[in-house]
Amino acid sequence: MSRFLHIARRDVRLAFRQGIGGLMAVMFFVLAVVLFPFGVGPEVNMLARISAGVIWVAALLASMLSLEQLFQTDFEDGSLELLALTPMPLEVVVLAKVTAHWLTTGLPLIAAAPLLALLLHMNTDGFAVLIVALALGTLSLSLIGAVGAALILGSRRGGVLLSLLILPLYIPVLIFGVGAVDAALAGFTVRPQLLVLGAFFLAALPLCPWASAAALRQAME
Amino acid sequence: MIQRFANPNRFMRLSAAVVPWMAGATMILGAAGLYLGLFQAPADYQQGESVRIMYVHVPAAWMALFCYTSMAAASATALIWKHPLADLAARSTAPIGICFTFLALITGSLWGKPMWGTWWVWDARLTSVLVLFFLYLGYMALVNAFDDPARGAKAAAVLALVGFVNVPIIKFSVDWWNSLHQPASVLKLGGPSIHPSMLAPLLLMALAFTTYYFWVLLVRLRAEIISGKIRAIRLRQVHG
Repeated sequence: MSRFLHIARRDVRLAFRQGIGGLMAVMFFVLAVVLFPFGVGPEVNMLARISAGVIWVAALLASMLSLEQLFQTDFEDGSLELLALTPMPLEVVVLAKVTAHWLTTGLPLIAAAPLLALLLHMNTDGFAVLIVALALGTLSLSLIGAVGAALILGSRRGGVLLSLLILPLYIPVLIFGVGAVDAALAGFTVRPQLLVLGAFFLAALPLCPWASAAALRQAME
Repeated sequence: MIQRFANPNRFMRLSAAVVPWMAGATMILGAAGLYLGLFQAPADYQQGESVRIMYVHVPAAWMALFCYTSMAAASATALIWKHPLADLAARSTAPIGICFTFLALITGSLWGKPMWGTWWVWDARLTSVLVLFFLYLGYMALVNAFDDPARGAKAAAVLALVGFVNVPIIKFSVDWWNSLHQPASVLKLGGPSIHPSMLAPLLLMALAFTTYYFWVLLVRLRAEIISGKIRAIRLRQVHG
Protein backbone atom coordinates (compact mmCIF):
# COMPACT_ATOMS: atom_id res chain seq x y z
CA MET A 1 0.00 0.00 0.00
CA SER A 2 2.78 2.42 0.89
CA ARG A 3 4.50 1.59 -2.43
CA PHE A 4 1.22 2.27 -4.23
CA LEU A 5 0.97 5.69 -2.58
CA HIS A 6 4.62 6.33 -3.30
CA ILE A 7 4.20 5.82 -7.08
CA ALA A 8 0.99 7.83 -7.16
CA ARG A 9 2.64 10.67 -5.21
CA ARG A 10 5.66 10.60 -7.53
CA ASP A 11 3.47 10.94 -10.63
CA VAL A 12 1.40 13.74 -9.15
CA ARG A 13 4.56 15.58 -8.12
CA LEU A 14 6.03 15.14 -11.62
CA ALA A 15 2.85 16.59 -13.12
CA PHE A 16 2.97 19.61 -10.81
CA ARG A 17 6.63 20.30 -11.52
CA GLN A 18 5.78 20.73 -15.20
CA GLY A 19 4.13 23.97 -14.09
CA ILE A 20 1.57 25.19 -16.59
CA GLY A 21 2.11 22.06 -18.70
CA GLY A 22 0.42 20.00 -16.01
CA LEU A 23 -2.76 22.01 -16.46
CA MET A 24 -2.77 21.54 -20.23
CA ALA A 25 -5.72 19.14 -20.13
CA VAL A 26 -8.01 21.48 -18.23
CA MET A 27 -7.00 24.44 -20.42
CA PHE A 28 -7.84 22.39 -23.50
CA PHE A 29 -11.16 21.48 -21.87
CA VAL A 30 -12.09 25.12 -21.27
CA LEU A 31 -10.99 26.21 -24.75
CA ALA A 32 -12.82 23.40 -26.51
CA VAL A 33 -16.07 24.22 -24.71
CA VAL A 34 -15.66 27.96 -25.32
CA LEU A 35 -15.41 27.26 -29.06
CA PHE A 36 -18.98 25.99 -29.19
CA PRO A 37 -20.81 29.29 -28.64
CA PHE A 38 -18.81 30.63 -31.61
CA GLY A 39 -19.66 27.59 -33.70
CA VAL A 40 -23.37 27.16 -33.01
CA GLY A 41 -24.17 30.76 -32.11
CA PRO A 42 -24.82 32.40 -28.72
CA GLU A 43 -28.55 31.64 -28.52
CA VAL A 44 -29.33 30.74 -24.89
CA ASN A 45 -31.85 27.95 -25.43
CA MET A 46 -29.66 26.21 -27.98
CA LEU A 47 -26.58 26.35 -25.73
CA ALA A 48 -28.54 25.11 -22.71
CA ARG A 49 -29.86 22.15 -24.68
CA ILE A 50 -26.45 20.98 -25.93
CA SER A 51 -24.49 21.94 -22.78
CA ALA A 52 -24.35 18.45 -21.23
CA GLY A 53 -23.16 16.83 -24.45
CA VAL A 54 -20.59 19.53 -25.19
CA ILE A 55 -19.08 19.37 -21.71
CA TRP A 56 -18.90 15.57 -21.81
CA VAL A 57 -17.32 15.37 -25.26
CA ALA A 58 -14.75 18.03 -24.35
CA ALA A 59 -13.97 16.23 -21.07
CA LEU A 60 -13.50 12.99 -23.01
CA LEU A 61 -11.03 14.57 -25.43
CA ALA A 62 -9.19 16.45 -22.67
CA SER A 63 -8.74 13.33 -20.59
CA MET A 64 -7.39 11.54 -23.67
CA LEU A 65 -4.93 14.35 -24.42
CA SER A 66 -2.63 13.63 -21.48
CA LEU A 67 -2.89 9.85 -21.74
CA GLU A 68 -0.11 9.51 -24.29
CA GLN A 69 2.39 10.54 -21.61
CA LEU A 70 1.03 8.10 -19.00
CA PHE A 71 3.68 5.43 -19.61
CA GLN A 72 5.70 7.04 -22.43
CA THR A 73 8.34 8.93 -20.42
CA ASP A 74 8.81 6.08 -17.95
CA PHE A 75 9.13 3.68 -20.88
CA GLU A 76 11.73 5.82 -22.61
CA ASP A 77 14.01 6.50 -19.63
CA GLY A 78 13.79 2.90 -18.40
CA SER A 79 12.08 3.55 -15.06
CA LEU A 80 9.15 1.43 -16.21
CA GLU A 81 11.42 -1.62 -16.21
CA LEU A 82 12.57 -0.82 -12.68
CA LEU A 83 8.94 -0.48 -11.60
CA ALA A 84 8.23 -3.87 -13.19
CA LEU A 85 11.07 -5.41 -11.16
CA THR A 86 9.66 -4.30 -7.81
CA PRO A 87 7.99 -7.07 -5.76
CA MET A 88 4.59 -5.48 -6.24
CA PRO A 89 2.48 -6.70 -9.19
CA LEU A 90 2.60 -4.60 -12.35
CA GLU A 91 -1.20 -4.30 -12.14
CA VAL A 92 -0.83 -2.30 -8.91
CA VAL A 93 1.77 -0.04 -10.54
CA VAL A 94 -0.73 0.63 -13.35
CA LEU A 95 -3.46 1.36 -10.81
CA ALA A 96 -1.19 3.82 -9.00
CA LYS A 97 -0.34 5.62 -12.23
CA VAL A 98 -4.02 5.72 -13.22
CA THR A 99 -4.86 7.22 -9.82
CA ALA A 100 -2.25 9.91 -10.38
CA HIS A 101 -3.59 10.56 -13.88
CA TRP A 102 -7.10 10.97 -12.53
CA LEU A 103 -5.93 13.30 -9.74
CA THR A 104 -4.05 15.53 -12.19
CA THR A 105 -6.56 15.38 -15.10
CA GLY A 106 -9.97 14.15 -13.98
CA LEU A 107 -10.20 16.22 -10.81
CA PRO A 108 -9.38 19.59 -12.49
CA LEU A 109 -11.92 18.76 -15.20
CA ILE A 110 -14.60 18.17 -12.58
CA ALA A 111 -13.66 21.43 -10.86
CA ALA A 112 -13.89 23.38 -14.13
CA ALA A 113 -17.14 21.77 -15.30
CA PRO A 114 -19.63 23.83 -13.20
CA LEU A 115 -18.06 27.07 -14.45
CA LEU A 116 -18.40 25.93 -18.06
CA ALA A 117 -21.95 24.73 -17.41
CA LEU A 118 -22.71 28.26 -16.20
CA LEU A 119 -21.21 29.75 -19.36
CA LEU A 120 -23.39 27.46 -21.48
CA HIS A 121 -26.52 28.49 -19.53
CA MET A 122 -27.18 25.01 -18.18
CA ASN A 123 -30.04 24.90 -15.69
CA THR A 124 -28.60 24.73 -12.15
CA ASP A 125 -30.69 21.56 -11.48
CA GLY A 126 -28.15 19.64 -13.54
CA PHE A 127 -24.98 20.82 -11.77
CA ALA A 128 -24.85 18.28 -8.94
CA VAL A 129 -25.58 15.39 -11.28
CA LEU A 130 -23.01 16.68 -13.79
CA ILE A 131 -20.33 16.61 -11.09
CA VAL A 132 -21.27 13.15 -9.80
CA ALA A 133 -21.51 11.73 -13.32
CA LEU A 134 -18.18 13.29 -14.32
CA ALA A 135 -16.54 11.92 -11.16
CA LEU A 136 -17.70 8.38 -11.93
CA GLY A 137 -17.10 8.74 -15.67
CA THR A 138 -13.60 10.23 -15.62
CA LEU A 139 -12.45 7.40 -13.33
CA SER A 140 -13.55 4.90 -15.99
CA LEU A 141 -12.01 7.05 -18.73
CA SER A 142 -8.61 7.05 -17.00
CA LEU A 143 -8.78 3.28 -16.49
CA ILE A 144 -9.80 2.51 -20.09
CA GLY A 145 -7.26 5.00 -21.40
CA ALA A 146 -4.43 3.25 -19.54
CA VAL A 147 -4.97 0.18 -21.76
CA GLY A 148 -4.58 2.29 -24.89
CA ALA A 149 -1.57 4.15 -23.46
CA ALA A 150 0.15 0.84 -22.73
CA LEU A 151 -0.64 -0.62 -26.16
CA ILE A 152 0.90 2.23 -28.16
CA LEU A 153 4.29 2.18 -26.40
CA GLY A 154 7.03 2.09 -29.03
CA SER A 155 4.67 2.59 -31.98
CA ARG A 156 4.82 5.15 -34.75
CA ARG A 157 2.35 8.09 -34.55
CA GLY A 158 1.25 7.02 -31.08
CA GLY A 159 -1.04 9.98 -30.37
CA VAL A 160 -3.34 9.57 -33.36
CA LEU A 161 -3.35 5.83 -32.88
CA LEU A 162 -4.36 6.25 -29.23
CA SER A 163 -7.49 8.18 -30.16
CA LEU A 164 -8.48 5.53 -32.71
CA LEU A 165 -8.02 2.79 -30.11
CA ILE A 166 -9.81 4.21 -27.10
CA LEU A 167 -12.47 6.61 -28.39
CA PRO A 168 -14.73 3.71 -29.48
CA LEU A 169 -14.35 2.26 -25.99
CA TYR A 170 -15.23 5.65 -24.44
CA ILE A 171 -18.63 5.83 -26.17
CA PRO A 172 -20.66 3.88 -23.53
CA VAL A 173 -19.38 6.19 -20.76
CA LEU A 174 -20.30 9.21 -22.89
CA ILE A 175 -23.83 7.92 -23.58
CA PHE A 176 -24.69 7.29 -19.95
CA GLY A 177 -22.84 10.38 -18.68
CA VAL A 178 -24.83 12.69 -20.95
CA GLY A 179 -27.97 10.63 -20.26
CA ALA A 180 -27.67 11.25 -16.51
CA VAL A 181 -27.33 15.02 -16.89
CA ASP A 182 -30.14 15.24 -19.47
CA ALA A 183 -32.41 13.19 -17.20
CA ALA A 184 -31.71 15.55 -14.30
CA LEU A 185 -32.43 18.59 -16.50
CA ALA A 186 -35.71 17.05 -17.67
CA GLY A 187 -36.70 16.26 -14.08
CA PHE A 188 -36.47 12.47 -14.35
CA THR A 189 -34.71 10.14 -11.93
CA VAL A 190 -30.97 9.87 -12.55
CA ARG A 191 -30.42 6.71 -10.51
CA PRO A 192 -30.29 4.21 -13.43
CA GLN A 193 -27.71 6.19 -15.43
CA LEU A 194 -25.52 6.77 -12.38
CA LEU A 195 -25.74 3.09 -11.46
CA VAL A 196 -24.64 2.11 -14.98
CA LEU A 197 -21.71 4.56 -14.78
CA GLY A 198 -20.78 3.05 -11.41
CA ALA A 199 -21.01 -0.42 -12.96
CA PHE A 200 -18.66 0.62 -15.78
CA PHE A 201 -16.19 1.86 -13.18
CA LEU A 202 -16.41 -1.31 -11.08
CA ALA A 203 -15.95 -3.50 -14.18
CA ALA A 204 -13.02 -1.42 -15.44
CA LEU A 205 -11.31 -1.36 -12.02
CA PRO A 206 -10.02 -4.96 -12.15
CA LEU A 207 -10.06 -5.55 -15.94
CA CYS A 208 -8.23 -2.48 -17.26
CA PRO A 209 -5.13 -2.67 -15.01
CA TRP A 210 -4.92 -6.34 -15.91
CA ALA A 211 -5.04 -5.67 -19.66
CA SER A 212 -2.63 -2.71 -19.47
CA ALA A 213 -0.16 -4.71 -17.39
CA ALA A 214 -0.26 -7.43 -20.06
CA ALA A 215 0.39 -4.81 -22.74
CA LEU A 216 3.23 -3.26 -20.70
CA ARG A 217 4.93 -6.66 -20.30
CA GLN A 218 4.86 -7.10 -24.06
CA ALA A 219 6.24 -3.61 -24.62
CA MET A 220 9.20 -4.35 -22.34
CA GLU A 221 10.02 -7.77 -23.85
CA MET B 1 -4.63 -30.84 -31.66
CA ILE B 2 -3.89 -27.11 -31.77
CA GLN B 3 -0.16 -27.72 -31.93
CA ARG B 4 -0.56 -30.11 -34.89
CA PHE B 5 -1.38 -27.16 -37.14
CA ALA B 6 1.47 -25.01 -35.84
CA ASN B 7 3.70 -26.55 -38.49
CA PRO B 8 3.49 -24.22 -41.52
CA ASN B 9 4.37 -26.97 -44.00
CA ARG B 10 1.56 -29.19 -42.80
CA PHE B 11 -0.77 -26.20 -42.87
CA MET B 12 0.23 -25.33 -46.45
CA ARG B 13 -0.43 -28.92 -47.60
CA LEU B 14 -3.81 -29.08 -45.85
CA SER B 15 -4.97 -25.61 -46.89
CA ALA B 16 -4.04 -26.26 -50.53
CA ALA B 17 -6.46 -29.18 -50.47
CA VAL B 18 -9.24 -27.27 -48.65
CA VAL B 19 -9.19 -23.97 -50.61
CA PRO B 20 -10.82 -25.30 -53.86
CA TRP B 21 -13.60 -26.97 -51.85
CA MET B 22 -14.33 -23.74 -49.98
CA ALA B 23 -14.33 -21.79 -53.24
CA GLY B 24 -16.71 -24.29 -54.86
CA ALA B 25 -19.02 -24.34 -51.83
CA THR B 26 -19.15 -20.52 -51.82
CA MET B 27 -20.08 -20.42 -55.52
CA ILE B 28 -22.79 -23.08 -55.29
CA LEU B 29 -24.31 -21.93 -51.98
CA GLY B 30 -24.13 -18.28 -53.02
CA ALA B 31 -25.75 -18.92 -56.39
CA ALA B 32 -28.51 -21.03 -54.83
CA GLY B 33 -29.09 -18.49 -52.05
CA LEU B 34 -29.22 -15.54 -54.48
CA TYR B 35 -31.57 -17.39 -56.86
CA LEU B 36 -33.95 -18.36 -54.06
CA GLY B 37 -33.68 -14.95 -52.41
CA LEU B 38 -34.05 -12.77 -55.50
CA PHE B 39 -36.47 -14.83 -57.62
CA GLN B 40 -38.24 -17.51 -55.57
CA ALA B 41 -38.86 -15.96 -52.15
CA PRO B 42 -42.08 -13.93 -51.88
CA ALA B 43 -41.98 -10.15 -51.55
CA ASP B 44 -42.97 -8.89 -48.12
CA TYR B 45 -46.54 -7.64 -47.73
CA GLN B 46 -45.30 -4.44 -46.09
CA GLN B 47 -41.77 -3.93 -47.38
CA GLY B 48 -42.34 -5.09 -50.95
CA GLU B 49 -39.31 -6.03 -53.00
CA SER B 50 -36.80 -4.21 -50.81
CA VAL B 51 -37.07 -7.00 -48.26
CA ARG B 52 -34.57 -8.85 -50.50
CA ILE B 53 -31.75 -6.64 -49.17
CA MET B 54 -32.12 -8.74 -46.03
CA TYR B 55 -30.54 -11.75 -47.77
CA VAL B 56 -27.26 -9.83 -47.95
CA HIS B 57 -27.65 -7.56 -44.93
CA VAL B 58 -28.39 -10.15 -42.25
CA PRO B 59 -25.62 -12.64 -43.20
CA ALA B 60 -23.14 -9.73 -43.48
CA ALA B 61 -24.06 -8.54 -40.00
CA TRP B 62 -23.75 -12.06 -38.61
CA MET B 63 -20.35 -12.42 -40.24
CA ALA B 64 -19.21 -9.07 -38.84
CA LEU B 65 -19.78 -10.44 -35.34
CA PHE B 66 -18.49 -13.90 -36.26
CA CYS B 67 -15.24 -12.46 -37.63
CA TYR B 68 -14.66 -10.36 -34.53
CA THR B 69 -15.34 -13.38 -32.31
CA SER B 70 -12.91 -15.52 -34.32
CA MET B 71 -10.38 -12.70 -34.21
CA ALA B 72 -10.68 -12.51 -30.41
CA ALA B 73 -10.48 -16.31 -30.11
CA ALA B 74 -7.40 -16.41 -32.36
CA SER B 75 -5.84 -13.57 -30.35
CA ALA B 76 -6.44 -15.43 -27.09
CA THR B 77 -4.89 -18.57 -28.61
CA ALA B 78 -1.89 -16.55 -29.76
CA LEU B 79 -1.41 -14.94 -26.34
CA ILE B 80 -1.92 -18.12 -24.29
CA TRP B 81 -0.23 -20.82 -26.40
CA LYS B 82 2.00 -18.54 -28.51
CA HIS B 83 0.59 -20.31 -31.54
CA PRO B 84 2.31 -18.87 -34.64
CA LEU B 85 -0.62 -19.38 -37.01
CA ALA B 86 -3.16 -17.89 -34.59
CA ASP B 87 -1.40 -14.52 -34.81
CA LEU B 88 -1.59 -14.63 -38.58
CA ALA B 89 -5.20 -15.83 -38.49
CA ALA B 90 -6.26 -12.92 -36.25
CA ARG B 91 -4.44 -10.43 -38.44
CA SER B 92 -5.88 -11.88 -41.66
CA THR B 93 -9.41 -11.94 -40.26
CA ALA B 94 -9.54 -8.20 -39.52
CA PRO B 95 -9.76 -6.93 -43.16
CA ILE B 96 -12.43 -9.52 -43.99
CA GLY B 97 -14.40 -8.62 -40.87
CA ILE B 98 -14.27 -4.90 -41.58
CA CYS B 99 -15.58 -5.53 -45.11
CA PHE B 100 -18.54 -7.49 -43.75
CA THR B 101 -19.21 -4.74 -41.20
CA PHE B 102 -19.09 -2.12 -43.93
CA LEU B 103 -21.40 -4.20 -46.12
CA ALA B 104 -23.88 -4.56 -43.25
CA LEU B 105 -23.83 -0.78 -42.60
CA ILE B 106 -24.21 0.10 -46.30
CA THR B 107 -27.00 -2.39 -47.06
CA GLY B 108 -28.77 -1.40 -43.86
CA SER B 109 -28.57 2.23 -44.90
CA LEU B 110 -29.90 1.46 -48.40
CA TRP B 111 -32.80 -0.45 -46.87
CA GLY B 112 -33.42 2.21 -44.23
CA LYS B 113 -34.01 5.02 -46.76
CA PRO B 114 -37.23 3.59 -48.30
CA MET B 115 -38.38 1.83 -45.10
CA TRP B 116 -37.61 4.23 -42.25
CA GLY B 117 -37.31 7.28 -44.49
CA THR B 118 -33.75 7.99 -43.44
CA TRP B 119 -30.26 6.76 -44.27
CA TRP B 120 -29.17 6.61 -40.67
CA VAL B 121 -30.60 6.75 -37.15
CA TRP B 122 -28.57 7.00 -33.94
CA ASP B 123 -30.04 3.86 -32.56
CA ALA B 124 -28.48 1.28 -30.22
CA ARG B 125 -27.98 -1.45 -32.83
CA LEU B 126 -26.67 0.84 -35.57
CA THR B 127 -24.38 2.76 -33.26
CA SER B 128 -22.86 -0.36 -31.74
CA VAL B 129 -22.16 -1.78 -35.22
CA LEU B 130 -20.48 1.52 -36.11
CA VAL B 131 -18.36 1.15 -32.97
CA LEU B 132 -17.47 -2.37 -34.15
CA PHE B 133 -16.31 -0.83 -37.44
CA PHE B 134 -14.01 1.55 -35.54
CA LEU B 135 -12.72 -1.29 -33.36
CA TYR B 136 -11.69 -3.16 -36.52
CA LEU B 137 -10.03 0.03 -37.81
CA GLY B 138 -8.12 0.51 -34.54
CA TYR B 139 -7.03 -3.12 -34.58
CA MET B 140 -5.70 -2.84 -38.13
CA ALA B 141 -3.93 0.45 -37.37
CA LEU B 142 -2.29 -1.02 -34.26
CA VAL B 143 -1.08 -4.17 -36.05
CA ASN B 144 0.80 -2.04 -38.58
CA ALA B 145 2.03 0.65 -36.19
CA PHE B 146 5.21 -1.08 -35.05
CA ASP B 147 8.51 -1.70 -36.81
CA ASP B 148 8.59 -5.14 -35.22
CA PRO B 149 5.62 -7.13 -36.60
CA ALA B 150 5.63 -9.52 -33.60
CA ARG B 151 5.10 -6.61 -31.19
CA GLY B 152 2.25 -5.27 -33.32
CA ALA B 153 0.57 -8.66 -33.36
CA LYS B 154 0.75 -8.99 -29.57
CA ALA B 155 -0.48 -5.46 -28.82
CA ALA B 156 -3.33 -5.92 -31.29
CA ALA B 157 -4.24 -9.25 -29.66
CA VAL B 158 -4.75 -7.49 -26.32
CA LEU B 159 -6.87 -4.84 -28.05
CA ALA B 160 -9.00 -7.48 -29.79
CA LEU B 161 -9.76 -9.07 -26.41
CA VAL B 162 -10.56 -5.70 -24.79
CA GLY B 163 -12.86 -4.77 -27.70
CA PHE B 164 -14.68 -8.08 -27.45
CA VAL B 165 -16.97 -6.57 -24.77
CA ASN B 166 -18.78 -4.84 -27.63
CA VAL B 167 -19.90 -8.11 -29.29
CA PRO B 168 -22.54 -9.16 -26.72
CA ILE B 169 -23.69 -5.52 -26.58
CA ILE B 170 -24.39 -5.58 -30.34
CA LYS B 171 -26.04 -9.00 -30.21
CA PHE B 172 -28.46 -8.07 -27.45
CA SER B 173 -28.83 -4.34 -28.11
CA VAL B 174 -32.20 -4.82 -29.80
CA ASP B 175 -33.50 -6.75 -26.79
CA TRP B 176 -32.10 -4.43 -24.13
CA TRP B 177 -33.10 -1.09 -25.61
CA ASN B 178 -36.23 -0.09 -27.47
CA SER B 179 -34.66 0.04 -30.87
CA LEU B 180 -35.94 1.01 -34.30
CA HIS B 181 -34.11 -2.04 -35.62
CA GLN B 182 -36.28 -5.17 -35.59
CA PRO B 183 -35.53 -7.77 -32.88
CA ALA B 184 -33.85 -11.09 -33.66
CA SER B 185 -36.15 -13.39 -35.61
CA VAL B 186 -33.91 -16.35 -36.46
CA LEU B 187 -31.59 -17.09 -33.56
CA LYS B 188 -33.90 -16.97 -30.58
CA LEU B 189 -35.60 -19.15 -28.02
CA GLY B 190 -38.71 -20.90 -29.33
CA GLY B 191 -37.44 -21.27 -32.89
CA PRO B 192 -37.32 -18.86 -35.82
CA SER B 193 -40.37 -16.67 -36.47
CA ILE B 194 -39.78 -16.39 -40.18
CA HIS B 195 -41.46 -18.32 -42.98
CA PRO B 196 -39.43 -21.26 -44.43
CA SER B 197 -39.57 -19.73 -47.95
CA MET B 198 -37.59 -16.75 -46.61
CA LEU B 199 -35.54 -18.69 -44.07
CA ALA B 200 -34.05 -21.07 -46.68
CA PRO B 201 -32.34 -18.41 -48.84
CA LEU B 202 -31.25 -16.55 -45.71
CA LEU B 203 -29.53 -19.61 -44.26
CA LEU B 204 -28.02 -20.50 -47.66
CA MET B 205 -26.55 -17.01 -47.93
CA ALA B 206 -25.24 -17.22 -44.36
CA LEU B 207 -23.53 -20.52 -45.21
CA ALA B 208 -22.13 -19.04 -48.42
CA PHE B 209 -20.74 -16.05 -46.49
CA THR B 210 -19.17 -18.40 -43.93
CA THR B 211 -17.47 -20.58 -46.55
CA TYR B 212 -16.40 -17.38 -48.33
CA TYR B 213 -14.79 -16.21 -45.09
CA PHE B 214 -12.86 -19.47 -44.68
CA TRP B 215 -11.87 -19.41 -48.34
CA VAL B 216 -10.47 -15.87 -48.20
CA LEU B 217 -8.94 -16.47 -44.77
CA LEU B 218 -7.03 -19.51 -46.02
CA VAL B 219 -5.83 -17.65 -49.12
CA ARG B 220 -4.66 -14.74 -46.95
CA LEU B 221 -2.96 -17.09 -44.46
CA ARG B 222 -1.13 -18.85 -47.29
CA ALA B 223 -0.03 -15.50 -48.68
CA GLU B 224 1.22 -14.41 -45.23
CA ILE B 225 3.24 -17.60 -44.79
CA ILE B 226 4.72 -17.34 -48.29
CA SER B 227 5.64 -13.68 -47.82
CA GLY B 228 7.29 -14.63 -44.51
CA LYS B 229 9.36 -17.20 -46.36
CA ILE B 230 10.31 -14.65 -49.03
CA ARG B 231 11.36 -12.19 -46.34
CA ALA B 232 13.54 -14.86 -44.72
CA ILE B 233 15.18 -15.70 -48.08
CA ARG B 234 15.85 -12.01 -48.85
CA LEU B 235 17.39 -11.48 -45.40
CA ARG B 236 19.64 -14.49 -45.93
CA GLN B 237 20.74 -13.10 -49.31
CA VAL B 238 21.51 -9.71 -47.78
CA HIS B 239 23.46 -11.13 -44.87
CA GLY B 240 25.16 -13.70 -47.08
